[in-house]
Amino acid sequence: MILDYIPIFLVIIVSIIFGAVVIFSSTLFGPQRPTKIKLMPYESGKNPVGTTHERISIKYYLVTMMFIIFDIEVVYVYPWAVEFKKLFGEHGIFAFIPMLIFLVVLELGFLYLYAKGGLKWD
Amino acid sequence: MPQNNYEYFLLMPQIIIAVGIVLSVLIEITTKKSEQILPWFSIAMFFGTAFYSVFNINQNFVLFSGMIEVGGKPAIFNFIFNIGAALVVLSSIDYLKKYGTYYGEYYILIQSSVLGMMVMSGAKDILMIFMGLELMSICFYVLAGINRKKLSANEASMKYFLLGAFATGFIVYGIALLYGATGTTSIQNLVENFVTYSSNIIFVLGFVFFLIGFSFKIAAVPFHMWVPDVYQGSATTVTSLMSTTGKAAAFSVLIIVLTAVFTFNAPNVFRPYFATISALSMLFGSIVAISQTNLKRMLAYSSISHAGYMAIGLAAGNMFSVAGIIFYLAAYAFMNIGAFTIISIVEGEDDSRTDFDSFSGLNDKSPVLAATMALFMFALAGIPPLAGFFGKYYVFIAAIQSKLTWLAILGVLSSVISVYFYIRVVVVMYFREASEDFKINISPYSLIAVVIAAFFILVFGILPDTLMNVILSALP
Repeated sequence: MILDYIPIFLVIIVSIIFGAVVIFSSTLFGPQRPTKIKLMPYESGKNPVGTTHERISIKYYLVTMMFIIFDIEVVYVYPWAVEFKKLFGEHGIFAFIPMLIFLVVLELGFLYLYAKGGLKWD
Repeated sequence: MPQNNYEYFLLMPQIIIAVGIVLSVLIEITTKKSEQILPWFSIAMFFGTAFYSVFNINQNFVLFSGMIEVGGKPAIFNFIFNIGAALVVLSSIDYLKKYGTYYGEYYILIQSSVLGMMVMSGAKDILMIFMGLELMSICFYVLAGINRKKLSANEASMKYFLLGAFATGFIVYGIALLYGATGTTSIQNLVENFVTYSSNIIFVLGFVFFLIGFSFKIAAVPFHMWVPDVYQGSATTVTSLMSTTGKAAAFSVLIIVLTAVFTFNAPNVFRPYFATISALSMLFGSIVAISQTNLKRMLAYSSISHAGYMAIGLAAGNMFSVAGIIFYLAAYAFMNIGAFTIISIVEGEDDSRTDFDSFSGLNDKSPVLAATMALFMFALAGIPPLAGFFGKYYVFIAAIQSKLTWLAILGVLSSVISVYFYIRVVVVMYFREASEDFKINISPYSLIAVVIAAFFILVFGILPDTLMNVILSALP
């Protein structure tokens, strides 16, 4: 009964210890070079002092192109994953390889975008 | 699927190109020297695919439960697309350097468009046609504006995209109606029940929409408005690809969907349509081309009139006319790519030197270029013993066999008109003094492309049976 929940308590304790160790060890051992920008309140990358009506270019077409890559991926992978057990039973490894090829070709588009500097924002 | 492994093997031409595209993208990502590697990689791939297709022409099968056909007629089309693309790539190497507009995407887009054409020419399902068409067209829209610093190239790309998308809309609507009337997208079913379906008004309407969309792609009057601006504005090498292989791909689709008319002697309900557009295209193209002063624009109008000659074959609707169209397309590919390559050699930066004046006295500057240009012009005009003559000859004979003598007479009249502006180029090159003083840097690669094109024109002109027998043996 209550003993069954001991693993969960253990997980909670371990995660608390782990979190505390990570946070405090970085302040203990990490280099401390505070700059003005680092000490500013975090405001999603915007300057927290000054006008609040600033224009930011979101580069819609880049975001859209990246979105299409992952959108298409989901459209094809989802039905395949749902039926995978049946397909694997019928075709063995050949149910797996075509989707692998498809994903490699698809991610090549993302790789190309990255290599051509499409993710450099300014 | 394991039981279908052999099918993948038969689909080798398409697979070579598809794997090549992936490898080209990787090359473009990983090295800075892609400008030196990619063209030669593409050329090797195109030649490999072309000869693989020709040598496996007898392996005629329909694969993947009636989706795509290999061998036979598609193999000949694959040959035209791949050799044409190889020549275009060969002529682009120094052309792109001259303009300083090298982008790695250029060669990758050419490869993708060729893959689209190969899917179109082998399609056995209307959705396959649509998929190949989109792959080809989208690459062409981008290629038309590849020189993105030039205003006219941007204009060409924009016009081509807007009008092309509009035409694609017609095609999709036609496909929807065809599906509504027949309940399937299989071309096999469409061919077998063509006679039954052709009494159904929805079927005929859908088919006409489909044909209108493809009449746009082959640049036939009255769907030709985009041609002059797009052909003049895009880079010369891109124009040579669009005007030859793109047209061949669109004709391959028209031949596929009209198979019933060609083989079973089904009533050709679309004969009035094709006869009209071919008569209009021939005469309009030939007459308007006379008043042009820009060579690229003149060849654009000549491209319209050539679409008209080929459409005679569709109107005639017998098996011999199909062979004639394919022969014409092969000959036209070499003639036009040769002519555009020479323009791209003579052309200066910023789209200058494409006028007739710039070609005056070309014989003094470079006898080789003048002689080959004269050869291409004679071939385009249809003067024996060059390939262009036999293309027209076969198509006209097929028209007379189908009792369309009036159309053949119009075709001959229009070729007589067209001789005026083709020969004018020759007159300007040989009998005029050079009006502009500039030096032509002949690129060796472009010259090789010109020589290959001239070689094929002479071979197909002097020995037309070599190609014609292959085509006739590939047709059912």
